[in-house]
Amino acid sequence: MFTWLLRRLFQACFVVLAMTVIVFVGVHVIGNPVDILISPEADQAERARVIAAFGLDQPLWKQYALFLNGLLHGDLGRSFVFNEPALRLIGGRMPATLELAVTAVLMSVGFGVPLGLYAGLKPNGFIGRSIMAGSILGFSLPTFWVGLMLIMVFAVTLGWLPSTGRGETGELFGLRWSFLTWDGLRHMAMPALNLSLYNISLVLRLTRAGVRETLLMDYIKFARAKGLSPARVIFVHVLKNIMIPITTVVGLELGSTIAFAVVTESVFAWPGMGKLIIDSINVLDRPVIVAYLMMIVVIFITINLVVDILYTVLDPRVRLETKA
Amino acid sequence: MSATLEVRNLRTHFHTRAGVVKAVDDVSFSVDAGQVLGLVGESGSGKSVTGFSIIGLIDPPGRLAGGSIFYRGQDLAKISEREMRSLRGNRIAMIFQDPMMTLNPVLRIDTQMIETVQAHVNVSKAEARARARDALGMVGIPSPEERLNAYPHQFSGGMRQRVAIAIALLHNPDLLIADEPTTALDMTIQAQILAEVQKLTAEHGTALIWITHDLSVIAGLADRIAVMYAGRVVETGEAADVLDHPVHPYTHGLIGSVPSRNHRGERLRQIPGMTPSLLSLAPGCAFRSRCAHATDACAQEPPVTETSPGHTARCFHPVSS
Amino acid sequence: MSDIAEESPFRRFLSEFAASKIALGGLIVFTIIALAAIFANWIGPQNPYDLAQLDIMDGRLPPGSKSGAGYTYLLGTDDQGRDMFSGMLFGLRISLAVGVGSAIFAACVGTTLGLLAAFFGRRTDAIIMRVVDLQLSFPSILVALMILAVLGKSVMNVVLALVIVDWAGYARNVRGIAMVERKREYIEAAACLALPWRRIMFGHLLPNCLPPLIVIATQQVARAIALEATLSFLGLGVPITSPSLGLLIANGYQYMLSGKYWISFYPGIALLVTIVSINLVGDHLRDVLNPRLKR
Repeated sequence: MFTWLLRRLFQACFVVLAMTVIVFVGVHVIGNPVDILISPEADQAERARVIAAFGLDQPLWKQYALFLNGLLHGDLGRSFVFNEPALRLIGGRMPATLELAVTAVLMSVGFGVPLGLYAGLKPNGFIGRSIMAGSILGFSLPTFWVGLMLIMVFAVTLGWLPSTGRGETGELFGLRWSFLTWDGLRHMAMPALNLSLYNISLVLRLTRAGVRETLLMDYIKFARAKGLSPARVIFVHVLKNIMIPITTVVGLELGSTIAFAVVTESVFAWPGMGKLIIDSINVLDRPVIVAYLMMIVVIFITINLVVDILYTVLDPRVRLETKA
Repeated sequence: MSATLEVRNLRTHFHTRAGVVKAVDDVSFSVDAGQVLGLVGESGSGKSVTGFSIIGLIDPPGRLAGGSIFYRGQDLAKISEREMRSLRGNRIAMIFQDPMMTLNPVLRIDTQMIETVQAHVNVSKAEARARARDALGMVGIPSPEERLNAYPHQFSGGMRQRVAIAIALLHNPDLLIADEPTTALDMTIQAQILAEVQKLTAEHGTALIWITHDLSVIAGLADRIAVMYAGRVVETGEAADVLDHPVHPYTHGLIGSVPSRNHRGERLRQIPGMTPSLLSLAPGCAFRSRCAHATDACAQEPPVTETSPGHTARCFHPVSS
Repeated sequence: MSDIAEESPFRRFLSEFAASKIALGGLIVFTIIALAAIFANWIGPQNPYDLAQLDIMDGRLPPGSKSGAGYTYLLGTDDQGRDMFSGMLFGLRISLAVGVGSAIFAACVGTTLGLLAAFFGRRTDAIIMRVVDLQLSFPSILVALMILAVLGKSVMNVVLALVIVDWAGYARNVRGIAMVERKREYIEAAACLALPWRRIMFGHLLPNCLPPLIVIATQQVARAIALEATLSFLGLGVPITSPSLGLLIANGYQYMLSGKYWISFYPGIALLVTIVSINLVGDHLRDVLNPRLKR
């Protein structure tokens, strides 16, 4: 178990390192930041000063070494635009993205599992079929379009929910969170639903497939032969079995959800990391782009690692194998 | 005295898209308390479906199409699902063929046992756990207290079947249906399990229906034997009677194909042909296409005839031996 | 050889495909959309990129309005006074071109690499599949974002980004199928004949991978169109000079809150219908072409 964990950690570090090279070399190819940062009227001396200040006159490998060194010290440069450390800038936006993504993932389980359970228990009924048809839409509709439609219906036409922004926030652990206030929750409802739509479809299909497969198992028949109530059979014997793959998938999807928050945040003007990165790409704010990408890579790899560990804890069969 | 279980003219049909499959077609038998009935037949003969019909676990597209199942005089075919559930696992229990599949892999043994206790009697969790532990000890599982915390995959196949038996016997049922519980196990473990079940059911006066395709398993165990073929009971009688003086040609063939009953050097006799598809079953005796004694008469429905007291066969041409 | 024997697999495929009315409907809808996009110049009442034809005074007119020049704006106009219907046809053209183009490109790259991995095995396989795993472990939007952040906006860069996002899926699937096929007798026979490996790979392995490849490609076209629209909506996709459906929707977004819904709404519907019709066809193709799933 320990060597397995160590190997996984080593692999993770290697991927992070590989990504630093890809991201750094890649981002360096974008136009010349000098042209954007310095007004065309600036004189030669001013140009040289700015170039030196941002280290843009150094050779590429040296810049990378500096960047790597900075990364180790948690310093990924200062935003050209905000003139603030890039990492702090992103860190400041992270709670908004995280709470949106986590809410979306929770919603995907909250809606996906019951719907999938129903569709799995009554696969041939009208409602069961409708749920499946709906999940196809959930897979194929572009997120941003659904977001627009949500705004059009609930904000513009019905006026039930606010269309953009984060609303009032409350403080917890020194950070501002929307879920602590009623107004914040109202602001979060649409973006979270929008972001979770794909995952709802995914969880729903997984649950349905799992239920149908599990229902055929001998141990379900045996559980019924023991005289258990249908509720106990479904909610303990069936559900416990399918929760393992669902937890794994949902955990892994958290990373994608954070990445896809880019779209939802742009639609609903949600002030998170995603909106920041889009703005930064548009003005070529290189340190912020790099910092965001590195942040996402680290989040991703951490999530994968945690899910892997969680999986071994959840499934008694895997647990035994790794112990042995 | 009335029998613990009396099945009369039971019919269980499966309505598939291709047509109606009469998996159980006019089956009758009875078992008394403490008695063992061996239900013998090839796969697809309807013996397992018979078992599931009794315990009320026929899944769609299957359903009971007629007949009655009297458990202590009460017709199980007519009672509500709720009443049936209170009997299931309590008064009527069942153990399955594949011990690797009968226990839920993600639930601990204690969970699976305690829920069975609490489904039928209102006791505390600790009390239920104590009962579970005693039941495990009863079926010969060493250090039951520790084993309660284990997961099924930590047991061997034979041990899992013992756990399943312990679960089935938790409430000292009046009737136990054993659906080939030893088929998936090694020969030595088969014998142990067999002895164990026989002992436990005899102690409590439990009526036992032992479903098997293997006549040699049933030979030393059963009091009565019912042989099934293509959804019907073709021969029934006292175990010794049926085994020593089989009347139906199918039973004859079945006994002929058991290795231990042949002499050394003699070829094993086989029943020619294959089990017919229940979907396209022509009227008349279903065995006639494989039967050496078949005549034109067999295209008609053969009557149930009593060849000797308590020994019946469904055949126009009973074999005398 | 008789005609029947030669034709029957394809005929059977056609009749099986036509058996599903929904899939057939999807195909018909998609064909209409594709034709409309191809012949946008002739169908559209206006060339939305010919500035001489635009009248800024006609900006943001609701559907059904009359233009200064006398014809009806069927679906209204955008902020530049462009006829939405014409704009959509041209946008559709770009969306489809980008989606189909990138899917074909990705299919070529992915298939070749997948076949190479399956055919040569060992280290080639290990390297290619490791890259595939890495690529697939990151969400498509992130990879596309990274590439566009690096290369800047242009139609070609969007295509490139989509190819880089999609190739890995093809590679993994093709490798899987090819690994199975490779062990079949006819490949061994071909190898015994000492046929050159290129011939075995493309002449023998590839044709057997085609049916599932078509299914994946169909689904990928829909995915690519959706992703392109998303990127363009975010302002990272196609440039403003050649707006796709996604960009049209983005342009109308700011007016939606003030109730001028049509600038975003109709391109959105066009996008939706396109994607759903392709998916319907793809879903059914999968059932028909995949013998393992057939019942």
